[in-house]
This record gives sequence, C-alpha cells and structure tokens, in this order.
Amino acid sequence: MAVLESGQSGWFEELRSFGIRLIWHPSVSEATGSEVTALLEQVRTGLVPLDAVILEGSVLRGPHGSGRFNMFAGTGRSIYHWITELAGVAGYVVSVGSCAAFGGIPAAGLNPTDATGLQFDGTDQGGALGASFRSRRGMPVINIAGCAPHPGWIMETLIALTTGDLTADDLDGFGRPKFIANHLAHHGCSRNEYYEFKASAEKMSELGCLMEHLGCKATQAVGDCNQRSWNGGGSCTKGGYACISCTSPGFESSRNFLETGKLAGIPIGLPLDMPKAWFVALSALSKSATPKRVRSNATSDHIVIPPSRGGGKNKP
Amino acid sequence: MTRITIGPFNRVEGDLEVKLDIEDGVVATAEVTVPLYRGFEQILEGRPALDALALAPRICGICSVSQSIAAAAALRGAMGIEAAPNGVLAANIAHAAENAADHLTHFYIFFMPDFARAAYKSSLWYDAIAERFAATTGRVGREILPARARLLEIMGMVAGKWPHSLAFQPGGTTRAIDLGERIRLLSIVAGFRSFLETTVFDGSLDSLLAIEDTEQLDRWRAGRGGDFCRFLAIADDLQLDRLGKGPGILMSFGAYHGEQGALFGRGVFEEPRGVTALATADIAEDVSHAWMRDGATDPALSATIPDPDKVGAYSWAKAPRLGGRPVEVGALARQTVAGQPLLRALAARSGSNVRNRVIARLIETAQLAVAMEKWIRSLRLNEPFCTDDKPQREGRAAGLIEAARGSLGHWIELSNGKISRYQIIAPTTWNFSPRDAEGRPGPLEQALVGTAVGSEGASSVAVQHVVRSFDPCMVCTAH
Repeated sequence: MAVLESGQSGWFEELRSFGIRLIWHPSVSEATGSEVTALLEQVRTGLVPLDAVILEGSVLRGPHGSGRFNMFAGTGRSIYHWITELAGVAGYVVSVGSCAAFGGIPAAGLNPTDATGLQFDGTDQGGALGASFRSRRGMPVINIAGCAPHPGWIMETLIALTTGDLTADDLDGFGRPKFIANHLAHHGCSRNEYYEFKASAEKMSELGCLMEHLGCKATQAVGDCNQRSWNGGGSCTKGGYACISCTSPGFESSRNFLETGKLAGIPIGLPLDMPKAWFVALSALSKSATPKRVRSNATSDHIVIPPSRGGGKNKP
Repeated sequence: MTRITIGPFNRVEGDLEVKLDIEDGVVATAEVTVPLYRGFEQILEGRPALDALALAPRICGICSVSQSIAAAAALRGAMGIEAAPNGVLAANIAHAAENAADHLTHFYIFFMPDFARAAYKSSLWYDAIAERFAATTGRVGREILPARARLLEIMGMVAGKWPHSLAFQPGGTTRAIDLGERIRLLSIVAGFRSFLETTVFDGSLDSLLAIEDTEQLDRWRAGRGGDFCRFLAIADDLQLDRLGKGPGILMSFGAYHGEQGALFGRGVFEEPRGVTALATADIAEDVSHAWMRDGATDPALSATIPDPDKVGAYSWAKAPRLGGRPVEVGALARQTVAGQPLLRALAARSGSNVRNRVIARLIETAQLAVAMEKWIRSLRLNEPFCTDDKPQREGRAAGLIEAARGSLGHWIELSNGKISRYQIIAPTTWNFSPRDAEGRPGPLEQALVGTAVGSEGASSVAVQHVVRSFDPCMVCTAH
C-alpha cells in the first residue's frame, strides 16, 4: 500500500505515463474471483505475457512444506506454489519489502510458518526460489528491501526495469538496487551535528544523536532514507526514533530495538567501515570539543540554546 | 443447493475466500475463510516488552498506526506509565490521519469501483459513474490519490513516516512539534477539509455535521453534487439499505482519548435497549472452527497455537464473541455507540447494512478533519511530548482502541520485563469470524445470507458490495 502515495498526479497516472499496465493487483484491480483465476491461468500458460511478477509478503512454506499458511484464495493452491510457477514465466521477479526479499518479521524467532524471502532466507542465499534462480530476462530476484520500502524506491525500480536501465550489475550482494543501497541511512541525517560531537539523546523525544544510547543503526543500514523525504519531510531519525536497519536481512532478529547494545561502554554496532580504535579516539576527541549549545540541546526535546557566537556562553 | 467458492477476493486488504451455498438464486449459508496466518503472537512471546512497538505495527501496512497505538496502550497499562498530554494529542492527530486516509481509500479505491462493473451497464447512472470510479482508470484517481498523499504528510511531521513508525511510545510521542510545524499541520488539514468540502461532499463540513435525521439529510442532498451524494443516489436505486444486514449488535472500544475523555465513547448498541456499557470481561475467542488448538478463551489468558489439520476448521481466524454473541464493529458501530445523530437515526430506521456502513465512514471522515484541527491547536508547544516514567517489569493490561475498521485490542502480560503473553483481536477478526462452538455464524457470514445472486452465482456483484461494505483488513484478521 506504500506505493499508493507515489506520483504527482497519483499512482495510476504515474503507471500510465511510463506505459506500465497492471495485469492484476489485489488491492486496486477490478477483476475478482474467477476472473482472476482465469487470467492467471492465461499468464501461467504464457498466453498473456508476464513482464514482471511482484511479491509483497514473505513466502510461507509451512506447515511441512505445503504452503498452507498462505493459500491463494479460490485456487486451492498456496502462494508458495503460485509464486514458484509465476516466477518461471516472468521477465523479472521483484520483491517489494523485506518480507518478500529476506523473510522479514514472520521469519523472526521460532519462525512459526517457515517464512522465507524469494531468493534469500535471512542473509543466506536460497529462499523459495533457490540461489541459482534467474528470471526469463536473466536477472536474479530484485529486492526492494525496507519495512515498508519508500514509495519512490518501488516505482523508481519498476520504471528503471521498463526502460531497461536496471541490470544485474546494478544490484548489490543482497539483490538490492545500488541506487538505494550505495548510501547509508545516516547520510543526510538532520541530527548529524549531534553525531559529529557525540552529543547523544538519553531518552525518547530528545534531539541528540540516537546512536550511543537509543539503538540507532543508521550508520550500518543501507538506504537513502535521510536524503529523500518520507511523507513530505520525515524519516525515522527525524521522527525521533532509531533506524532499526529494516533494509537489512535479519533485522527482525534484533531485540531491544530502542537500546544500544554495548560492550565495555562502547556500542557493539559501529559505523559499517570504521575501525573501532578510530571510532573510540574520535568520539573522545569530539566529546571534549562539544559546544555547550550542542550538549544541552541533545538532551532536550526542543532547542534550549540557539546558535550564537561564543559557543552559547553569551546571551544573544 | 449449489456451493460456490469466491476467491481471490480483492480490493480488500489481504487475502479472503468466501464459500456460499445457493438455494433458488439466494445465499442460504456462507463460510468465510481467512487463508493467511503468520504467527505474530507467537513471535512476540519471550521478547523484551518494548519490542512490541517494533513488531506489532508491522502486522499491517494500512492500519499500522492503529496497531502501534494499541500496543503502546497495552504497554502503558502493564508498565504503569502515564503518557504526556501532548503525546496523546499528537498520537490522536496521526491516528485520525491514518483512519481518514483509510476511509477514503476504502470509498474510492476499494468500494466505488464495483458500480463501474459491466453488470450495471443498463443503469441510468452508469456512464458517469464508470468514467469517474472505474478501478485504476477512473478520473477520480487523479484527485483522491494526491489528496491522500498530502494528508499522510501529517505522518512525516508527527511520526517520521508511514507506515511503521516507532514514534508511538507508552510515554507519548518521540517528536516535539514546534510553532512552524503546528502551522504546517494546520495547513495540511485545511487542504484536506477543502478536498472534502469540494470533491467528497460539495458542501461545508459544518452543514453536513449539523444533519440530525433522514429528513434533514434529504433536504441537504437535494440538487447537490459531490461523491457522497453520488453514492446516496446509487444506494437509493439499488436499495443498498436492504443489503448486508449485520448481526444487530454494534460495539465500540471508544476512540481518541484525551484529557476530557474519548472523542467517540465506548459501549454496545442494540435495539431497543440503545447504548449499554461494554463489559470487556465478556470478550472471549472461540476456536472451534479455526485451525487453532483449544485452550483458554479469555484473550488475557489464551495462547495461539496453530493446528493445521484440525477437522471441521475452515479459517485461520479465531471467532471473538461478546457474551457468546457475534458483534459488528466499524465506523457505523463507533458512530452509533457515540450517538452521532444522523447515524443513530439511520441505524434506528434500517439497522446495519451496506449503505449505512458507507455513510458512517464518510461522516466520520468529516468529523476527523474537524477534530484534527482542534487537537493541533491544543498542543502546548513548550511542554513535553513524552514522559520518562520508570517501567514496571511485571504487569498485565489490555490496549483497547478503535482502528478505522473497528475495535482493536492487544492483551499483554509482562514477566520480568519480557512478553509472556500477547494476544490480538483485530476489527475484522470480529466481523469476519468463523462459526463458534454453538454453530453461530460470524457477522459477515450472517450478512451474506439472503443476498440474491440470481443466475450470476459467484460473479454476483451484490456479494461484492456486502463483503466490501465492512472494509475488511484481512492481514490483521488472523495476523
């Protein structure tokens, strides 16, 4: 449903302007019941060409490999069976969301339904379709990860497929489009000044950096989350809570999402490619240089000291 | 008697299958199957308490804030935490935005396109309605989708993003709103009000909300355009007030709590008694026809253990009952219980049916636009949005709220700071429940009985209207 927000004149217009025709979409298409089963039969047998099949939600293989935890209504067959079959005739196979990509929340803990992603089971290659799967156009599954993914990620990926601009080289090791995955969620974070000075929020709703105490994984999570706007100007960190790395396989297995795991007082999850010693040294240095303004505002829910010459010592 | 299976049932959120026994062209019995189970309650057990805030909203991409608010309310009770008044207001604003967006999505994207189906080609209104409302191609898509996206910008400011935000905490919300943002929020709601007053109602919200009975509604409608009146004209023509009769008991947990109580009150409505207090202890879940193992029926004490090969079961949904009876939930129930004059009048005259359910959603959307303006103005910008009370590590509580589609409850039990039990009853679990041990059908199963399908059988559009009039959210139903 996230994609319904896409498009300046609405999603349907956006699809039309790029020549994308929905053969069937469960939430918006007119066709229902037997009309759909007839249509899918034509797709399955190749009578109606299928450029792309797009899956939202984990593939539930249970119980006992039957897929019965998610039956495709009216067909007597499971989604697990249907998606395996449709993937075989599709030009491209696209996962929308971390569930379809990697298994997501249903795969957490006991994984009661034997949930998996289409081509990854968590971080392991394989999933419902297998590691060697390639679609008719020679591509592995394209994983638009995120929980939920940004509407723009979904449409930009689909449009790039229609224009032939997205190739296997444009995907990262987890099948995620690089135009999304080449960034960290941290890039462009509005709390960056607090991050630089290690001026940290201690409680929910405070303005400081969320990494040291409140669980933020934005320096380890891929995504251009803070470089584009969510719902007109938001993001998780702008909203006052941690990035939980929802674009990463296995994010659902974390616990205490809003607390930073630490070892000897140092966060376990350090910025993706930063040596620990450097991080510790730089943190100590920046903490010693933190202006009073930044330190005070970090533990407040609104600005208590505005920027001024003299590091907040002089009243403006 | 012939048995037909309808599925995949689309333009609902999630997966649904309906089986009907047809006798002389009329539905004699119905069986509603929820074909998806993911195990959220099992996944939540054993986790740290606050993990519920990250996992529970992800049950659903369309009722996410409702799930968040129910989880936060349950945690608040179990942990003994008091929320900051600003946080309660901010949560109400986001919750109302989600519910209003859901009501409009239902009306324009899910429900109205059925009147553009070829089955109605001979109706006088068909050409104009098909041009405006046809699924994905109707002109209205260009108006409603941008208006919906603009309304959801409230989420960017209050909650960071939608769906799936961690802004809703037991202590309040995580983002303080400043003066400029207050003005921007007011501007979004003003734009939304203007969309409602031009496109949906073709009239001021004040004049709409002043309507107290059906005679006043008839006068207000006369000569008026707008999509609400277009729907009313179709409803008259097709007698939608005689279609999809509910079980006769309407329930609401009460919605949008604040310092002065709830905007819409809690209770149970039934003719001729009117509104009575809701005895939450009377809520029980029956699993006789669900692929679930038997056990306690009180959601505060029960567990969810799938039993996929259970004989006689036909749905992953349990069957919630109130004092042993199936009840209907949703906007119509909420507004009737709350005493909204027009909906009380409509319910008194024709009960719960396809037409009244749709009217209730649109009237409520207008009420929410007005309420959001009030809440935004009431924010006290220099006061906190989130408290920092020390949480208790043991406790038990229920978070009972109203999602767009009706009553949503999260029952939680904490032991040593961890979730030892988590049970969820979603609105559509009530409405689309299977039979119980007494053989009583769920509300939709009852509402479908008597529907004339004629020679159309499985492709009967009347069945589509009845099912969609409940605005089902199937992913929430069995979770």
